[in-house]
Amino acid sequence: MKFGVVVSEGPYTHQAADSAYLFVKAALDNGHEVPRVFFYHDGVNVATRLSVPPQDERNIQENWTALAKDHDVDLVVCIAAAQRRGMLDENEARRQGKTADNIAEGFRISGLGQLIEMGIQTDRLVTFGD
Amino acid sequence: MTTKKFLYVNRKAPYGTIYALESLEVVLIGAAFEQDVSVAFLDDGVFQLTKGQDTGEIGVKNFSPTFRALGDYDVTKLYVEAESLAERGLTKDDLQDIQYEDEDDDYAEKPSIIIVNRAEMADVMADQDVVLSF
Repeated sequence: MKFGVVVSEGPYTHQAADSAYLFVKAALDNGHEVPRVFFYHDGVNVATRLSVPPQDERNIQENWTALAKDHDVDLVVCIAAAQRRGMLDENEARRQGKTADNIAEGFRISGLGQLIEMGIQTDRLVTFGD
Repeated sequence: MTTKKFLYVNRKAPYGTIYALESLEVVLIGAAFEQDVSVAFLDDGVFQLTKGQDTGEIGVKNFSPTFRALGDYDVTKLYVEAESLAERGLTKDDLQDIQYEDEDDDYAEKPSIIIVNRAEMADVMADQDVVLSF
């Protein structure tokens, strides 16, 4: 089966990003496809490469980056939600005249259309959030 | 393009958290994809449709007028749960008058808000291909 996944709560505060990660891994391990994960609301904060959690804790961003690399999962961060929350890639930082960017490898910033498209193109859409 | 039945479920109050506003942003963008769209309002989500909203003193944008424009985006089915209204002391008269022009009926103006009970709301949800919850 082909799954689309939405993460709609922020990392560490809420288990959504962890549960979604475990779900995607389990789905892939069981022969399902997960072409895309869409990060919305505070879920966009998962994509920062500047978080430094204690060493004995899981690193949520690094988990996702590794998953994207190993299984070719498209990690899309909503641009409207990202801009409100200070999540910028290199292009957006330049375009908005900001001095830094913070999007981690494996994630890309794009529009809400990617969420709708994912709903259309997958068999099931699964949301992790409140 | 495949046409699927999309339902956007709104459960939270319009202000206090950003969910309602960011839900509406998805509905508006999603309209461009020409899918069969419905929007549901239940729990505190029914407050999103109330009339006379004034956010002047809380420093956030009042986005409630946008609901009246949904008809122009072909979003014409707004399901509101009767029990959620009653539990909050609200009636249909507390909600905005939201209409759309039915192009199959000589552009007659028709109400977009459909009041359903809890069991009917369950049927609406069961009938969908894609449910996005906010």
